[in-house]
Amino acid sequence: MGSTVYVAGLGVISAIGNNVAEHLASFEREEAGMGDISHLDTIHRNKLPVAEVKLSNEELAARAGLPADMSRTASLSLIAAREALNDAAIPGLDALRTGFVSANTVGGMDRSEHFFIDFIKDENKGKLRNVYDHECGSMTEIVADQLGIKGFLTTISTACSSSANAIFYAARLIKNDVLDVVIAGGTDALTKFTLNGFNTLMILDDEFCKPFDEHREGLNLGEGAGYMVLVSEKVAKILNKKPYCRLSGYNNSNDAYHQTASSPDGTGSYLAMKGALEKSGLQPGDIDYINLHGTGTPNNDSAEGTAIKRLFDPHYPPMSSTKSFTGHTLGASGGIEAVFSVLAIKHGIIYPNLRFETRMAELPFEPETSYLTGQNIGHVMSNSFGFGGNCTSLIFSGI
Amino acid sequence: MKIYIRSSACISPQNTFGNDNFLTEVVEYNGTRLKAIEPDYKEFVDPKLLRRMSHIIKMGVAAAMDCLKKGDTKMPGAIITGTAYGCLEDTVTFLTRTIEQQEELLPPTAFIQSTHNTVAAQIALILQCHNYNNTFVHKGISFESALLDATMLLKENEADNILVGGTDEMTDTSFTILSRLGLYKRWPVSNLNLYATKTRGSMGGEGAAFFLLTDRVSENNLAELTAIRTIYKPENLAVIEKKVIAFLEENNLTMEDIDLVITGKSGDTAHDDIYEQLNHSLFDNTNLANYKHLCGEYPTSSAFALWLASNIVKNETIPETVIERSIKKITPKTILIYNHYQKIYHSLMLVSAI
Repeated sequence: MGSTVYVAGLGVISAIGNNVAEHLASFEREEAGMGDISHLDTIHRNKLPVAEVKLSNEELAARAGLPADMSRTASLSLIAAREALNDAAIPGLDALRTGFVSANTVGGMDRSEHFFIDFIKDENKGKLRNVYDHECGSMTEIVADQLGIKGFLTTISTACSSSANAIFYAARLIKNDVLDVVIAGGTDALTKFTLNGFNTLMILDDEFCKPFDEHREGLNLGEGAGYMVLVSEKVAKILNKKPYCRLSGYNNSNDAYHQTASSPDGTGSYLAMKGALEKSGLQPGDIDYINLHGTGTPNNDSAEGTAIKRLFDPHYPPMSSTKSFTGHTLGASGGIEAVFSVLAIKHGIIYPNLRFETRMAELPFEPETSYLTGQNIGHVMSNSFGFGGNCTSLIFSGI
Repeated sequence: MKIYIRSSACISPQNTFGNDNFLTEVVEYNGTRLKAIEPDYKEFVDPKLLRRMSHIIKMGVAAAMDCLKKGDTKMPGAIITGTAYGCLEDTVTFLTRTIEQQEELLPPTAFIQSTHNTVAAQIALILQCHNYNNTFVHKGISFESALLDATMLLKENEADNILVGGTDEMTDTSFTILSRLGLYKRWPVSNLNLYATKTRGSMGGEGAAFFLLTDRVSENNLAELTAIRTIYKPENLAVIEKKVIAFLEENNLTMEDIDLVITGKSGDTAHDDIYEQLNHSLFDNTNLANYKHLCGEYPTSSAFALWLASNIVKNETIPETVIERSIKKITPKTILIYNHYQKIYHSLMLVSAI
């Protein structure tokens, strides 16, 4: 049904850059964003590496044009969403039906943590301003107001697949003729809540993560935001520049195995990838690059790898986990990696999977370890799998 | 394409669950908060699973299971939930422990179950349902966003028998904080006297309402969900009126065709002025009903309103307790639900008899 959905603008911020250009430069230099914790106030400092955006809360808020005590999550979101909207530079945007579909996992938790320190000692204490924007939806609302978007806004939260689902939902709003233009993606800032949460699950690597390596020991948490501007066919025709690509396939499946762990055979991942291929009308052999979910945990990479084997064997496209650069940015990862997937098509590049050494025993393939340029990339698959079994795959196709 | 509500189930501060009486015995509360009446969950959820489940997960899963049972459906084509606050109990538990124990020796369970998609995930896990699964978390239109997703999936022919629900829990902590933010009344009132109190604030509420949506005609269907629309920060009353009229026009209706308007009147004088004005302008010649004295005010309370509307058209009767104004003696066949949350998020839902 409906229109083809085009990608007209991109914006991203993560530990390896504050915009698209800085990301491309970091990829070329093969420079990862992990390091010792410098901004987050936690006992895990100097013990657990994370991939922080290299700006303080105040610097981020200033860059975004928001009050200094704003949630880091909203600042990250606004910076990347604004970059995407400016990049798209849609003529006559005011007259179009425009929406903002964003995603995150813990909303304004970074501020709520401050509130609760005082609140748990005395229920009448705690600065209300720090808890006022606790909700996930508040982050979206703050950014939409700054961007002047009133037509439609909503927020999705499906753990680590959140922003892939936001992009997916946005595309369907266009196909169903609800909207003409949607800025879609997601954001998440590092918080004590998530860092300690993942730490209790014992899936954090105390070294830099090694996705898809036989000796991988866990993930590194990251933070950031990634957005793309999706437009209808009608809007694509009035753009001053050619759109980047099409969003040709998408699918959301549930692993229905465990609240946090993936099934050994990667049922949810397999169904998500297979469904996205069917939607795009492509065969596995048509995929030129897979941007893996590839968190670096033994469980995820094994399940995802097994699902890829089942679907792609014996012809494996180049693949890599860019989480080896950005860390796992949770609710932002689907949006950030969708941006990388589109850039792979636009610039003919394949990103290296850093620190990979040993092929996983159960897999007949391994990720790409070199930064490759001059590639002819027509179709890219981007995987995002999360807690609650929520698995989503997106496919971007050149025009 | 016509979209039908095949079945519904609702856990609320009233006896709405596992009870054939349609709001005939209203529960009175004196205070500032209405708590959901919890059923014997063992009938709906494996007791082994129940032990670990928080309040919102239990409410959501039980309402979902009962909705499927009533809709004679074992495996839904998709599971979609809306929740503004998500799993607050587990979130606050983990956050409090993190601070009190200074990030040391934390058990993982509360964190694992704190993610907003836990209710939808647990339903999928219990049913072994690999189909489309999504969770919307956008404040006062979380449920409406989920409902829009469900209607789009049906129109795309992607799935049938879509399970969609709105859930939010009120915990002691969230009640305390939201009270400090001025959302609820400062002195106890009776919920049966909520609209007459004429003071700031409402009564806190919570609940879970689930619906099974289909495009297949059946005489067992409860109601038709004709249309849904959300409005963000309308500038003034004239804009709201214009949008309501346009919404009706798009569905080939005028206010004359509406047998009943269910409004989201909350008893908060700062928020009810919109309803009061509309009731004497656009809604002037229409029967009126309210529902928040039954379930309290919370961001996904519109799911309770949809449960109410679909059961009104099915039963062809309007429960006495919800009637605000009855000027036309009419069998209710076409109902407009108009709710706003904190004046920021406004939503319209059209429900018709099948």
